[in-house]
Amino acid sequence: MTTTTIGGRDVHVDGEGFMTDPTEWAEELVPALAKQAGIDETTPDHWVVIRFLREDFAVQGETPTLRRISTVAGVPTKRLFELFPKKPGKKMAFVAGLPKPQGCI
Amino acid sequence: MTTTTTAPRPAFLDETETDRKVCIICSKGTLDMAYPGLVLANAALGEGIETNIFFTFWGLDMIATKRMGNLKATPVGNTAMHMPQAIGPLPGMTAMATRMMKKEIAKLGFPEIPEFLRTLVDSGAHLWACKMSVDMMKLDMDDLFEGVEGIIGASEFMEMSAGAQIIFV
Repeated sequence: MTTTTIGGRDVHVDGEGFMTDPTEWAEELVPALAKQAGIDETTPDHWVVIRFLREDFAVQGETPTLRRISTVAGVPTKRLFELFPKKPGKKMAFVAGLPKPQGCI
Repeated sequence: MTTTTTAPRPAFLDETETDRKVCIICSKGTLDMAYPGLVLANAALGEGIETNIFFTFWGLDMIATKRMGNLKATPVGNTAMHMPQAIGPLPGMTAMATRMMKKEIAKLGFPEIPEFLRTLVDSGAHLWACKMSVDMMKLDMDDLFEGVEGIIGASEFMEMSAGAQIIFV
Protein backbone atom coordinates (compact mmCIF):
# COMPACT_ATOMS: atom_id res chain seq x y z
CA MET A 1 0.00 0.00 0.00
CA THR A 2 1.31 3.42 -0.96
CA THR A 3 0.46 6.71 0.64
CA THR A 4 0.75 10.01 -1.09
CA THR A 5 0.07 13.62 -0.28
CA ILE A 6 -2.81 15.26 -2.04
CA GLY A 7 -3.94 18.75 -1.12
CA GLY A 8 -1.73 18.61 1.97
CA ARG A 9 -3.33 15.41 3.19
CA ASP A 10 -1.90 11.88 3.36
CA VAL A 11 -4.07 9.38 1.52
CA HIS A 12 -3.74 5.74 0.47
CA VAL A 13 -3.53 5.02 -3.25
CA ASP A 14 -3.16 1.94 -5.44
CA GLY A 15 -0.47 1.31 -8.05
CA GLU A 16 -2.30 3.45 -10.59
CA GLY A 17 -2.79 6.38 -8.23
CA PHE A 18 -6.47 5.83 -7.42
CA MET A 19 -7.44 6.44 -3.80
CA THR A 20 -8.23 3.16 -2.05
CA ASP A 21 -10.15 4.44 0.97
CA PRO A 22 -13.28 6.40 0.03
CA THR A 23 -13.49 7.80 3.55
CA GLU A 24 -10.18 9.62 3.09
CA TRP A 25 -11.70 11.68 0.29
CA ALA A 26 -13.16 15.11 0.93
CA GLU A 27 -14.51 17.82 -1.35
CA GLU A 28 -11.52 20.02 -0.45
CA LEU A 29 -9.26 17.55 -2.23
CA VAL A 30 -11.07 17.92 -5.56
CA PRO A 31 -9.11 20.89 -6.97
CA ALA A 32 -5.79 19.14 -6.28
CA LEU A 33 -7.00 15.79 -7.67
CA ALA A 34 -8.48 17.49 -10.73
CA LYS A 35 -5.22 19.30 -11.41
CA GLN A 36 -3.36 16.00 -11.34
CA ALA A 37 -5.85 14.61 -13.83
CA GLY A 38 -5.13 17.54 -16.12
CA ILE A 39 -8.28 19.50 -15.30
CA ASP A 40 -7.33 23.05 -14.35
CA GLU A 41 -10.75 24.33 -13.42
CA THR A 42 -13.58 22.42 -11.79
CA THR A 43 -16.84 23.91 -13.07
CA PRO A 44 -20.34 23.35 -11.63
CA ASP A 45 -20.83 20.64 -14.28
CA HIS A 46 -17.74 18.82 -12.99
CA TRP A 47 -19.26 18.97 -9.52
CA VAL A 48 -22.57 17.50 -10.72
CA VAL A 49 -20.65 14.48 -12.00
CA ILE A 50 -18.35 14.17 -8.97
CA ARG A 51 -21.22 14.37 -6.47
CA PHE A 52 -23.24 11.83 -8.46
CA LEU A 53 -20.28 9.44 -8.49
CA ARG A 54 -19.92 9.72 -4.71
CA GLU A 55 -23.63 9.26 -4.02
CA ASP A 56 -23.99 6.39 -6.48
CA PHE A 57 -20.92 4.60 -5.15
CA ALA A 58 -22.24 4.89 -1.60
CA VAL A 59 -25.47 3.14 -2.64
CA GLN A 60 -24.30 0.69 -5.32
CA GLY A 61 -20.85 -0.15 -3.97
CA GLU A 62 -19.23 0.32 -7.38
CA THR A 63 -18.10 3.24 -9.50
CA PRO A 64 -20.78 4.13 -12.05
CA THR A 65 -19.93 3.82 -15.75
CA LEU A 66 -20.33 6.61 -18.30
CA ARG A 67 -23.62 5.13 -19.46
CA ARG A 68 -24.97 5.06 -15.94
CA ILE A 69 -23.95 8.69 -15.41
CA SER A 70 -25.60 9.78 -18.64
CA THR A 71 -28.82 7.82 -18.12
CA VAL A 72 -29.25 8.27 -14.35
CA ALA A 73 -27.63 11.66 -13.68
CA GLY A 74 -28.66 13.04 -17.07
CA VAL A 75 -25.26 14.39 -18.14
CA PRO A 76 -24.92 13.67 -21.89
CA THR A 77 -22.04 11.44 -23.03
CA LYS A 78 -20.63 14.23 -25.20
CA ARG A 79 -20.49 16.54 -22.20
CA LEU A 80 -18.69 13.90 -20.11
CA PHE A 81 -15.96 13.71 -22.76
CA GLU A 82 -15.69 17.52 -22.70
CA LEU A 83 -15.48 17.70 -18.92
CA PHE A 84 -13.01 14.83 -18.53
CA PRO A 85 -11.25 14.55 -21.89
CA LYS A 86 -9.75 11.37 -23.34
CA LYS A 87 -10.27 9.02 -20.41
CA PRO A 88 -13.47 10.26 -18.81
CA GLY A 89 -14.31 7.15 -16.77
CA LYS A 90 -10.91 6.91 -15.11
CA LYS A 91 -10.46 10.66 -14.66
CA MET A 92 -13.78 11.24 -12.95
CA ALA A 93 -13.28 8.23 -10.67
CA PHE A 94 -9.83 9.50 -9.79
CA VAL A 95 -11.12 12.97 -8.92
CA ALA A 96 -13.98 11.49 -6.89
CA GLY A 97 -11.56 9.31 -4.93
CA LEU A 98 -13.12 6.05 -6.15
CA PRO A 99 -11.81 2.90 -7.86
CA LYS A 100 -11.77 2.98 -11.65
CA PRO A 101 -15.06 1.78 -13.16
CA GLN A 102 -15.27 -1.94 -13.93
CA GLY A 103 -18.44 -2.06 -16.03
CA CYS A 104 -18.24 -2.71 -19.78
CA ILE A 105 -20.50 0.16 -20.66
CA MET B 1 5.01 -1.73 3.82
CA THR B 2 4.12 1.90 3.36
CA THR B 3 5.97 4.26 1.09
CA THR B 4 5.36 7.93 0.56
CA THR B 5 5.78 9.74 -2.70
CA THR B 6 5.95 13.52 -2.86
CA ALA B 7 5.28 14.10 -6.56
CA PRO B 8 2.30 11.83 -7.19
CA ARG B 9 1.03 11.40 -10.67
CA PRO B 10 -1.67 8.89 -11.55
CA ALA B 11 -0.10 6.17 -13.68
CA PHE B 12 -3.03 6.05 -16.10
CA LEU B 13 -2.36 9.64 -17.12
CA ASP B 14 1.05 8.84 -18.48
CA GLU B 15 -0.65 7.30 -21.49
CA THR B 16 -3.24 10.03 -21.93
CA GLU B 17 -1.74 11.15 -25.21
CA THR B 18 -1.91 7.71 -26.75
CA ASP B 19 -1.42 7.29 -30.47
CA ARG B 20 -3.08 3.89 -30.28
CA LYS B 21 -5.73 3.34 -32.96
CA VAL B 22 -8.37 0.66 -33.20
CA CYS B 23 -10.40 -0.37 -36.24
CA ILE B 24 -13.33 -2.65 -35.65
CA ILE B 25 -14.97 -4.52 -38.51
CA CYS B 26 -18.60 -5.46 -37.90
CA SER B 27 -19.63 -8.12 -40.41
CA LYS B 28 -22.61 -9.79 -38.74
CA GLY B 29 -26.25 -8.76 -38.70
CA THR B 30 -27.56 -10.78 -35.78
CA LEU B 31 -28.43 -9.17 -32.47
CA ASP B 32 -25.93 -11.28 -30.51
CA MET B 33 -23.04 -10.50 -32.84
CA ALA B 34 -23.83 -6.79 -33.06
CA TYR B 35 -22.83 -6.16 -29.46
CA PRO B 36 -19.20 -7.40 -29.19
CA GLY B 37 -17.82 -4.85 -31.67
CA LEU B 38 -19.77 -1.99 -30.14
CA VAL B 39 -18.79 -2.89 -26.58
CA LEU B 40 -15.11 -2.98 -27.57
CA ALA B 41 -15.47 0.33 -29.42
CA ASN B 42 -17.01 1.86 -26.33
CA ALA B 43 -14.14 0.62 -24.17
CA ALA B 44 -11.54 1.93 -26.62
CA LEU B 45 -13.14 5.38 -26.73
CA GLY B 46 -13.18 5.51 -22.94
CA GLU B 47 -9.41 4.99 -23.01
CA GLY B 48 -8.86 7.88 -25.40
CA ILE B 49 -8.13 5.55 -28.33
CA GLU B 50 -9.00 6.70 -31.86
CA THR B 51 -11.76 4.35 -32.99
CA ASN B 52 -13.10 3.62 -36.47
CA ILE B 53 -15.90 1.12 -37.04
CA PHE B 54 -16.40 -0.39 -40.49
CA PHE B 55 -19.71 -2.07 -41.25
CA THR B 56 -19.60 -4.68 -43.99
CA PHE B 57 -21.85 -7.38 -45.42
CA TRP B 58 -24.53 -8.39 -42.91
CA GLY B 59 -23.05 -5.92 -40.47
CA LEU B 60 -24.58 -3.22 -42.65
CA ASP B 61 -27.92 -4.07 -41.02
CA MET B 62 -26.52 -2.51 -37.83
CA ILE B 63 -26.49 0.92 -39.50
CA ALA B 64 -29.38 0.57 -41.98
CA THR B 65 -32.08 2.77 -40.43
CA LYS B 66 -34.88 0.41 -41.45
CA ARG B 67 -33.19 -2.61 -39.86
CA MET B 68 -30.90 -1.49 -37.05
CA GLY B 69 -33.64 -1.45 -34.42
CA ASN B 70 -34.91 -4.84 -35.44
CA LEU B 71 -31.89 -7.20 -35.41
CA LYS B 72 -32.67 -10.76 -34.39
CA ALA B 73 -31.03 -13.58 -32.49
CA THR B 74 -31.67 -17.09 -33.75
CA PRO B 75 -31.06 -20.50 -32.18
CA VAL B 76 -30.59 -21.99 -35.69
CA GLY B 77 -27.10 -23.42 -35.98
CA ASN B 78 -26.13 -22.01 -32.60
CA THR B 79 -25.27 -24.82 -30.20
CA ALA B 80 -24.53 -22.28 -27.46
CA MET B 81 -28.27 -21.70 -27.11
CA HIS B 82 -28.35 -25.13 -25.47
CA MET B 83 -31.49 -26.57 -26.98
CA PRO B 84 -32.02 -29.50 -29.35
CA GLN B 85 -31.02 -28.35 -32.84
CA ALA B 86 -34.29 -29.59 -34.37
CA ILE B 87 -36.31 -27.06 -32.35
CA GLY B 88 -34.40 -24.02 -33.63
CA PRO B 89 -36.07 -23.73 -37.06
CA LEU B 90 -39.64 -24.08 -35.72
CA PRO B 91 -41.92 -21.08 -36.34
CA GLY B 92 -41.65 -18.45 -33.62
CA MET B 93 -38.34 -19.65 -32.20
CA THR B 94 -36.29 -16.78 -33.62
CA ALA B 95 -38.80 -14.25 -32.31
CA MET B 96 -38.67 -15.89 -28.91
CA ALA B 97 -34.87 -16.02 -28.81
CA THR B 98 -34.74 -12.36 -29.86
CA ARG B 99 -37.21 -11.34 -27.18
CA MET B 100 -35.29 -13.22 -24.50
CA MET B 101 -31.95 -11.77 -25.53
CA LYS B 102 -33.31 -8.22 -25.66
CA LYS B 103 -34.67 -8.69 -22.16
CA GLU B 104 -31.33 -9.92 -20.82
CA ILE B 105 -29.43 -7.09 -22.54
CA ALA B 106 -31.82 -4.51 -21.08
CA LYS B 107 -31.40 -6.07 -17.63
CA LEU B 108 -27.66 -5.44 -17.85
CA GLY B 109 -28.37 -1.80 -18.64
CA PHE B 110 -27.02 -2.04 -22.19
CA PRO B 111 -28.68 0.20 -24.78
CA GLU B 112 -30.37 -1.07 -27.93
CA ILE B 113 -28.30 -0.81 -31.12
CA PRO B 114 -29.46 2.62 -32.41
CA GLU B 115 -28.95 4.25 -29.00
CA PHE B 116 -25.61 2.46 -28.60
CA LEU B 117 -24.38 3.84 -31.93
CA ARG B 118 -25.51 7.34 -30.95
CA THR B 119 -23.50 7.05 -27.71
CA LEU B 120 -20.42 5.86 -29.62
CA VAL B 121 -20.63 8.79 -32.05
CA ASP B 122 -21.03 11.18 -29.10
CA SER B 123 -17.92 9.58 -27.60
CA GLY B 124 -15.95 10.31 -30.76
CA ALA B 125 -16.26 7.12 -32.84
CA HIS B 126 -16.10 7.26 -36.64
CA LEU B 127 -18.57 5.02 -38.46
CA TRP B 128 -18.07 3.84 -42.05
CA ALA B 129 -20.16 1.76 -44.42
CA CYS B 130 -18.58 -0.72 -46.85
CA LYS B 131 -19.08 0.35 -50.47
CA MET B 132 -19.43 -3.14 -51.89
CA SER B 133 -22.09 -4.08 -49.33
CA VAL B 134 -23.99 -0.83 -49.82
CA ASP B 135 -24.01 -1.40 -53.60
CA MET B 136 -25.03 -5.03 -53.20
CA MET B 137 -27.95 -4.15 -50.92
CA LYS B 138 -28.88 -1.19 -53.13
CA LEU B 139 -28.64 1.38 -50.36
CA ASP B 140 -27.19 4.88 -50.19
CA MET B 141 -26.31 7.40 -47.46
CA ASP B 142 -29.99 8.31 -47.01
CA ASP B 143 -30.70 4.75 -45.88
CA LEU B 144 -27.95 4.79 -43.25
CA PHE B 145 -27.80 5.94 -39.64
CA GLU B 146 -27.07 9.69 -39.48
CA GLY B 147 -23.83 9.14 -37.57
CA VAL B 148 -22.22 7.28 -40.49
CA GLU B 149 -19.51 9.51 -41.96
CA GLY B 150 -19.23 7.93 -45.36
CA ILE B 151 -19.24 4.94 -47.67
CA ILE B 152 -15.72 3.69 -48.31
CA GLY B 153 -14.06 0.88 -50.24
CA ALA B 154 -11.64 -1.75 -48.99
CA SER B 155 -8.55 0.19 -50.07
CA GLU B 156 -9.74 3.33 -48.29
CA PHE B 157 -10.27 1.19 -45.22
CA MET B 158 -6.68 -0.01 -45.50
CA GLU B 159 -5.43 3.59 -45.64
CA MET B 160 -7.58 4.57 -42.70
CA SER B 161 -6.45 1.63 -40.59
CA ALA B 162 -2.72 2.19 -41.09
CA GLY B 163 -1.03 1.59 -37.76
CA ALA B 164 -4.28 0.51 -36.11
CA GLN B 165 -5.14 -2.68 -34.32
CA ILE B 166 -7.89 -4.40 -36.31
CA ILE B 167 -10.64 -6.37 -34.64
CA PHE B 168 -12.88 -8.46 -36.89
CA VAL B 169 -16.29 -9.44 -35.63
